Amino acid sequence: MAGQGIRIEGLSKRYGKGETAVLALKDVNMHVDPGEVVGLIGPSGSGKSTLLKCLGAVIDPTAGRMLLGDELVFDNGWKVRDLRALRRDKIGFVFQAPYLISFLDVTDNVALLPMLAGVPNDAARTRARELLAALDVQHRASAMPAQLSGGEQQRVAIARGLVNRPPVILADEPTAPLDSVRALSVIRILNDMARRFETAVIVVTHDEKIIPTFKRIYHIRDGVTHEEAGEGRSL
Amino acid sequence: MISLAGRDILHAWGKFIFTGVGLGLLIGVTLTMAGVYRGMVDDGRVLLDNSGADLWVVQRDTLGPYAESSSIPDDLWRSIRTMPGVAQAANVTYLTMQVGRGEAEPGGARVDVRAMVVGIAAGGPGTPGWPPQLAAGRQITRGHYEAVADLASGLRLGEVVKIRRNHYTVVGLTRRMVSASGDPMIFIPLKDAQEAQFLKDNDAVLMQRRRSEANPAFNRPGVPGLLDAVIAAQTSNPSVNAVLVRIRPGYGVEEVAEPIRRWQRVTVYGRAQMEEILVGKLIATSAKQIAMFLVILAAVSAAIVAFIIYTLTMDKIREIAVLKLIGTRNRTIAAMILQQALVLGVIGFVVGKIAATFAAPLFPKYVLLVPIDSIIGFCVVLAICVLSSIVSIRLALAVDPAAAIGG
Repeated sequence: MAGQGIRIEGLSKRYGKGETAVLALKDVNMHVDPGEVVGLIGPSGSGKSTLLKCLGAVIDPTAGRMLLGDELVFDNGWKVRDLRALRRDKIGFVFQAPYLISFLDVTDNVALLPMLAGVPNDAARTRARELLAALDVQHRASAMPAQLSGGEQQRVAIARGLVNRPPVILADEPTAPLDSVRALSVIRILNDMARRFETAVIVVTHDEKIIPTFKRIYHIRDGVTHEEAGEGRSL
Repeated sequence: MISLAGRDILHAWGKFIFTGVGLGLLIGVTLTMAGVYRGMVDDGRVLLDNSGADLWVVQRDTLGPYAESSSIPDDLWRSIRTMPGVAQAANVTYLTMQVGRGEAEPGGARVDVRAMVVGIAAGGPGTPGWPPQLAAGRQITRGHYEAVADLASGLRLGEVVKIRRNHYTVVGLTRRMVSASGDPMIFIPLKDAQEAQFLKDNDAVLMQRRRSEANPAFNRPGVPGLLDAVIAAQTSNPSVNAVLVRIRPGYGVEEVAEPIRRWQRVTVYGRAQMEEILVGKLIATSAKQIAMFLVILAAVSAAIVAFIIYTLTMDKIREIAVLKLIGTRNRTIAAMILQQALVLGVIGFVVGKIAATFAAPLFPKYVLLVPIDSIIGFCVVLAICVLSSIVSIRLALAVDPAAAIGG
């Protein structure tokens, strides 16, 4: 399950060819251990989204290696065959907006991933309800997304990201639409879940409220990352 | 695995129902149009069935008596009756006209009905040309001024109708006795019908006499009686439109028809040929017109389904991106869109079928909804839905899962 979290070595990404080519990521090295939550911070255009898309196996890096859990995903032009299944089974996504499926209720929003992986509907729903209980939204299990508050929607989105017990969760600005109390609550949940499920969590953020909570932070600027220790403020 | 299409439909059921109802009304119109065509064909067949004839003897080189005018002597039937294989032969006339109902109110307009007036030879039920059965009343028993009308004319038993200058009392009612164009039939005695075809008003008769008197060819001083004979010929009508022939058992159609053609110098049609004239010629233009409407309605239906499914898909672009990002297969997403299009089609077809079934009796002409048209219509609707969803499926499959990730 957890393995070695996520590890990337010498990752580069170039868009375009010839004179118009843009090198969005330059020899990026990064690792996040199981149970750890790290921040990824950088200004607009720094390469955050490109790095997130590479980590999410949505786009292919031009060079470098990437391991998710104990599975090699990219290795200098080679890539794992079924990236769709990899995303489904090995990566949990939490977005800036929750992006819940509007026509599925809360339980099925969470249960959809295991269902897609072939888990029987009843078992998938049981697993979803357990997670919803862990995230304290079990009382809204039958509600539709539009009936939830912003904080509840984000917790459901986190449950969806966790439901397949992925070794890695990628959270893209998960607290942007929330006030400080709810934002810190979301980060606390991510930390709790990371410890509980031995999951490596990468949080891309601009949110000054939550940056002090990270023990380790990766700064990215012009496609280059720098690691530094965070404050690790207690939640 | 849950049905994503089903959940989406349940979530946005109002949109689907209202769109389905709108589409259904369009499909209802399409089915009704097909029913109008079927009704026209059926009217033609019923017309031939009810005539009780195996052969139609008409004026040479004409397509009479239904598709073209035909005029043959009214005594021809006697010589046809004696020919080999002929069991019965009877004169008949057909005249489509406006028939006045009742007496006109003083200063008011008369209500009239468009009908095919059929002149039937003296005889009884079973004689070719006579209505085979009645829904109410009795058959014509007098030689003049009685009529049997089809229920579709709206006439009632005992009602008096005016045909040309004469009044006729409705003594019997028939059902499904209509012309090829759907006009109800009114049966009257043959002599009355012949008179009705050529009867002129008094002024016209007097003017005709004056003309004949002034014509030196007819009014010769040394030939007494010529003028009277000419005038008598001008005011009588010794013609009918056709002779209906029923052949004896054991005789073939051509076996009887060929001698009549050869010796009587007329054209003779069998049942198959007459059906070809009615369906292939008389209603061919209407059939093409209806076919064009069906094509246009199918195109409009396809456009509506495509537009609605496209709009529904566009509304879900972000959700589709998320679904793809979290590992949903392309075929699952394609199936979701396809199923929605098919459900829309099924809702539309059910609504359309119900609408057509309830609307058909309200049409003035006979609308015949046959199961095969419904089956074909259902398949066409499903095919249209599948084709219409292709654009949306292509759009959905082109969605980049990265679109779910900001930046």
